[in-house]
Amino acid sequence: MARRFGHVRAVRGIDFALQRGDALAIFGPNGAGKTTLLRILAGLIAADAGEVRLSGELLRRGDESQRRRFGVISHASMLYDGLTAAENLEFYGRLYGLPNVAAASRRALERVGLEARADSPAGTMSRGMLQRLTIARALLHEPDLVLLDEPFTGLDQAAAAALREQLMRLRSERRTVVLVTHNLDEGLELATHVAIQVAGRFVECGPRHGDAASYRVRYAEATGG
Amino acid sequence: MSEHQTSPAKLPGGQWIGVALLLIAGVYVRALAFTPTEAAQGLAQKIFYLHAPSAWSAFVAFCVVTVCSIGYLFLKDMRLDMFAASSAEVGVVFTSAVLISGPIWGKPIWGAWWTWDARLTSTLFLWFIFFGYLVLRSAVREPGQRARYSAVLGILGAPLVAFIHVSVKLFRTTHPQPVVLKPEGPTLPSQMLTTLLLSFAAFTFFYVVLVTRRYALMRAEDARARLAEGDDAA
Amino acid sequence: MGDVMRQALVVARKDLLLELRSRTAFLSMLAFTALVLAIFNFARDPTAIGATDLAPSTLWITFSFAGLLGLNRAFALERENRALDGLLLAPLSRTALYVGKALANLVFLGTVEAIALPAFALFFNVPILPVLPALAGVIALATIGFVSVGTLLSAMAVTTRFAELILALLMLPFLLPPVSAAAQITSRLFAGRPLAEQVGWLKLLVGFDIVFVVLCMLIFEWTLEE
Repeated sequence: MARRFGHVRAVRGIDFALQRGDALAIFGPNGAGKTTLLRILAGLIAADAGEVRLSGELLRRGDESQRRRFGVISHASMLYDGLTAAENLEFYGRLYGLPNVAAASRRALERVGLEARADSPAGTMSRGMLQRLTIARALLHEPDLVLLDEPFTGLDQAAAAALREQLMRLRSERRTVVLVTHNLDEGLELATHVAIQVAGRFVECGPRHGDAASYRVRYAEATGG
Repeated sequence: MSEHQTSPAKLPGGQWIGVALLLIAGVYVRALAFTPTEAAQGLAQKIFYLHAPSAWSAFVAFCVVTVCSIGYLFLKDMRLDMFAASSAEVGVVFTSAVLISGPIWGKPIWGAWWTWDARLTSTLFLWFIFFGYLVLRSAVREPGQRARYSAVLGILGAPLVAFIHVSVKLFRTTHPQPVVLKPEGPTLPSQMLTTLLLSFAAFTFFYVVLVTRRYALMRAEDARARLAEGDDAA
Repeated sequence: MGDVMRQALVVARKDLLLELRSRTAFLSMLAFTALVLAIFNFARDPTAIGATDLAPSTLWITFSFAGLLGLNRAFALERENRALDGLLLAPLSRTALYVGKALANLVFLGTVEAIALPAFALFFNVPILPVLPALAGVIALATIGFVSVGTLLSAMAVTTRFAELILALLMLPFLLPPVSAAAQITSRLFAGRPLAEQVGWLKLLVGFDIVFVVLCMLIFEWTLEE
């Protein structure tokens, strides 16, 4: 799969392509336009200029069927505190038109190790558990492309480790990943491609080369220390 | 680094407001001195030459808002949104004029300031529509969102005005008012008609002048904001 | 169209489930109704004004305000955890989202009305049983009109700082046609007049519903897109 883009505004002159199974990590300080870029990729925001293509097919924001192809994990869970884990997943399962909603929900909960908490209201969960449930929600419909917006926010050591494990698993499942974060260490480990975004632009974008230290230097330079 | 203007830019068209006001004053002189006075209502009826054309201008303003709203949703041109907003602001002023002149006219004739007269009631709700539109705009920060929301409201408002008018008429036919206010008595003498038409023309001109000036002001503010933003992001 | 309804029902079901758990909106609507009943009863002079004269106005004021209280719930709940993003990312048509939310609002308001109506009949001593089918029909029509516009307006209002205030202000002109029609018909019904006499008002109600349900379904998506 190849994907091509090119935009302006809070996000400008961005142009890149990814193959299936690639993992792009976008690093940048707050306000760099990373979230905006991700929202454009997800079809939530319209780009003023440029286009998004999935497998060569133009992403049309009104086209509902295209939305099945990606899942989004953000620092906001997009879940309902008043519903249980299972109910949340079953709701999304029905929205996505999955054939056997209960089974899909169970599978997703098992994947993230939350099957014991299926009947716990989402509002009673810890941040780490909620993040796992969010992953379950995002992967429920087996998307090819997974978009992550600052997923490590607010996670403790154990939860962050669990998340990293899930992300590595995404790679092994040959899903394409775009991860946006301001924390270098988190993203570098699984990335095949790295981009640094500052003030809307990519100051660097390409396959990963060099080690974490060299990236840290380049990142510091790009963001002005 | 471009120079920012420190003094407010001069907007073109200031003199037209003066012209419009003069025209209105001229019509009024004609209304007071050269038009016959209606027998039953006396001098109070003269306010009609202010009241009716204000209502007309308010109606025009509303139509413009609706048309621009539909236009915005299809074309996404911010200028349409700005024009709609200008028209709404001018519209609320004219609507207020109707609501103020109405009771002033009515008090000596009806004996009460407000009697839920069909047309005044419809105008009151028109005022609420304009007011709601402007309040919604002021409550939304992001310009694109504000334009969308305004357009949605502008489109919903059109059939609403029709329904309000029908509701009020229906209410009045089932609960007829004792005194029926007719501006002209049994027939409208030609002189009164002429004055009336002249006042409509003058007020329409006044509306156009006000809206274009308000729109020009909005464009200028927008240009200034963009300039500032542009420098930051360079 | 069938797909839209199916998805709308999924959304409505979720809303109903959530409200069943927390009951906050529903209870506040009920509490408000009881409050209005009590105040109206104690505020009037029983010998001067007949209960039957006051009942239609009281009924419709209550329904309108209780309705306003409950409307913002629909989209306010999507703001926590940015659940609305989740909905927008799913293959959910915006129209289905609107219909689902409107259906849920209808159920809530309808339930409050179903509870309030007998209470009114009791406290105001109004003979509703003989006119119950017609009355229920009128209430349903007015509620549909109210909810269809209110659901759309609340989608916009909840994004502002003074959501309740903005919603009330925006709704006000939209309330006039359905509520005045419903109140007039209700008043005649309580007075024992046949429904056939109210054709004008009925046409107004039905026309309002048709026009605004369709219009709102069509333009709802503009309240969401970024």
